[in-house]
Amino acid sequence: MAAKRMSLRDKYNRMTRDLAWDFSYQDPKKIFEQADFEGIKIEDWDKWEDPFRLTMDAYWKYQGEKERKLYAIIDAFAQNNGQLNITDARYVNAIKLFLTGVSPLEYMAHRGFAMIGRQLPGVGPQVACQMQSLDELRHVQTQIHTISHYNKYFNGFQDFRHMHDRVWYLSVPKSFFDDAASAGPFEFITAISFSFEYVLTNLLFMPFMSGAAYNGDMATVTFGFSAQSDEARHMTLGLEVVKFMLEQHPDNLPIVQRWIDKWFWRGYRLLTLVGMMMDYMLPKRVMSWKEAWEMYFEQNGGALFNDLARYGIRMPKYWEQTVAEKGLISHAAWGTFYNYCHAAPFHTWIPEKDELDWLSEKYPDTFDKFFRPRYEHWAEQEKQGKRFYNPSLPMLCTTCQIPMVFPEASDPTLTSYRSSVHNGERYHFCSDGCKDIFDHEPEKYVQSWLPVHQIFQGNCGGATVPDVLDWYHLRDGIDNREYLASPDRANWERWKAGEEEAAELPKAAAG
Amino acid sequence: MQIDIKTNNVRPIRQTFAHVARRLGTDKPASRYQEATLDLQAETNFHYRPLWDPDHELFDPARTAIRMQDWYAFKDPRQYYYGTWTIARARQQDSMERNFSFVEKRALLDNLSAAWRDRVAGVMIPLRHVEYAANLNNTFITAYGYGTAFTQTTSFAAMDHLGIAQYLSRIGLLLDGNSGEALDAAKQAWMADPAWQPLRELVEEMLTIRDWFELYVAQSYALDGLLYPLIYQRFDNALSASGGSAVAMLTEFMVDWFAENCRCVDAFLKTAASESDANRKQLSHWARNWSARAAKALKPVADKALGEDAVAVMAELQTELQTRGARQCGLEI
Repeated sequence: MAAKRMSLRDKYNRMTRDLAWDFSYQDPKKIFEQADFEGIKIEDWDKWEDPFRLTMDAYWKYQGEKERKLYAIIDAFAQNNGQLNITDARYVNAIKLFLTGVSPLEYMAHRGFAMIGRQLPGVGPQVACQMQSLDELRHVQTQIHTISHYNKYFNGFQDFRHMHDRVWYLSVPKSFFDDAASAGPFEFITAISFSFEYVLTNLLFMPFMSGAAYNGDMATVTFGFSAQSDEARHMTLGLEVVKFMLEQHPDNLPIVQRWIDKWFWRGYRLLTLVGMMMDYMLPKRVMSWKEAWEMYFEQNGGALFNDLARYGIRMPKYWEQTVAEKGLISHAAWGTFYNYCHAAPFHTWIPEKDELDWLSEKYPDTFDKFFRPRYEHWAEQEKQGKRFYNPSLPMLCTTCQIPMVFPEASDPTLTSYRSSVHNGERYHFCSDGCKDIFDHEPEKYVQSWLPVHQIFQGNCGGATVPDVLDWYHLRDGIDNREYLASPDRANWERWKAGEEEAAELPKAAAG
Repeated sequence: MQIDIKTNNVRPIRQTFAHVARRLGTDKPASRYQEATLDLQAETNFHYRPLWDPDHELFDPARTAIRMQDWYAFKDPRQYYYGTWTIARARQQDSMERNFSFVEKRALLDNLSAAWRDRVAGVMIPLRHVEYAANLNNTFITAYGYGTAFTQTTSFAAMDHLGIAQYLSRIGLLLDGNSGEALDAAKQAWMADPAWQPLRELVEEMLTIRDWFELYVAQSYALDGLLYPLIYQRFDNALSASGGSAVAMLTEFMVDWFAENCRCVDAFLKTAASESDANRKQLSHWARNWSARAAKALKPVADKALGEDAVAVMAELQTELQTRGARQCGLEI
């Protein structure tokens, strides 16, 4: 029989969509138990447009090829001591932030997408989510394998899994993903695929990967590039899902809009850590947080939301606030870590003079006025042997769990405080965005595992800082505190000096 | 001239991550499998109870009746993490692609008699729906199971089953010249042919099992453990004896996959069973129950595939599975 030619679409439908059947021995509600409880109404799963049509044969072929190339480079990087080619050992602290803060979220995404890959009725979204689940496992594992080499030469990486579930600032990324994964399947996919991957992912990936490229970290650049084609698929899934929900039923609009509002703010607050990394932790800077926000959110994001206007979707609530405070948040964050880095597994430092000048230039309205004097003061103290560490514990925002350090955009000399009373208890927030999120689901956020509260309640190893550091598995004087005094810096200078000597040897021998 | 490159001072300050070293007992070089697997899943200090299951934490060992001191006692003998798994599958896929084009170019399926062609279409193609359910079941275990050592293997198995569903679909399209008639007829049979209803009923019930370890036993030990030998050994043999050896080229992946996956299933069941008597009893009970039910549901399919040999073959396959359960998995069957 002469075989008929099939279009890609027909072929995909036959190979994937056609696998399902209408259950008749069991109530479909017993098989897809989570399909209804969030109030999202889907009338016809067949209307789902597959954002990419990938069958397993092609998936294995492409991904297998990518893995071969990636691991060849990871091997070469380790063999050639590629870590010695980075601009400066201060840079390594950016990857510490990545491994402790971001990689465990990739793992959570792996499990979360498995959850919804099982729970969403409809083969199209199931398979798309399952593939993303696998990709996310790829990301966390390739990140660990890449950074494994750094772990052999620098401090602070070694107990990243233990720390992610305990260290105070890591509750910011952890609670973000716990929040999404503990929600229903539709909220999860709106949170992660749309609000984070589609709207904000450029602000996570670009800074880390370009930062790596600018600073000679070829290993991180390589896994970044290799993950990029996966990310492209994930982003199209996010957009498709939101459009699908909006097309299926008008009642879905207010629910989806609220999720977009919530998850935009959740994601934005999480990106504070990235903003700080961009402005302070890269010895060779790519662009400022402010410039990145303007390019990736104000311009690109603005265009996206214009497109979605025909569905009735408007810009996320409080987006104006993000613009008003774009000159403030990264500095507030670095100042906080400068104060508290005796309790964090990475080092901080005062930017060098040319770096302070760069910040003054990039933030002409805010840096000299509100922040530079602080850094100069701390630098002066340090010179006198009084490097400042804040001995108190900060108050945390109940929602985003960042210490309450954000300035009021209208008057940056004031700290932004908001609060709500629920069942007779007062809860504190860093912003209107975080307060709104709490007010809508107080029963959820009263459960927050707030690290400072937990320390005071005696759940973190003891009452003193050394007790808590032990419980974190943080080795005082090695993993933490000022960069200038760190073993990382001492090792780095020894290795670099050794390199120069080695380079001079052949010359000496010839002479 | 000897150039003495002074690299001695660039020595590692440690060999592996601390959580890995604690499990190895000392800081020594660890394998990529170990670094990619151990302790990867969060176990403590979760922030919020799931809206969809407020009685449990996000990840919670109490979602199964099986109890383990250490959920990282499970060791995949294949040492698969994403990279090794994908590269292995890409290699197999290469070989399958060559097989498909070999069979297609030479129109080898045309050598089958009409009766055997119908039998291939009638027996193999409806199984793509069973594979789809296996994909969902393994995804369920990946989602709600405990510990990366376990759940990453079901993540891979989920996609393997989807791949197999797609290979079966391609066999259907090869049979019907891409018209889709073979697939439609198979789905019709899956929905209405009395011979398929016991299996469909069983598969739909399995989709409602909520103890993920029970689901693992039902799917990966019991149903796979009978279905794969039945179709890809016994039925394949019968086919080959009747001029259908080309079909064996198109099911090479399934044969290899089953042999490989069994190594992992056996190791996992053995680990859980040797943990405690309670585990062994529970697993053995599930294994007996689901094997008996799977055998019963597969009997009409075996009739279709093997005719009068079906009774004897099904009895043999059950005995083989019992032997495997007792010897390889440490169960009381």
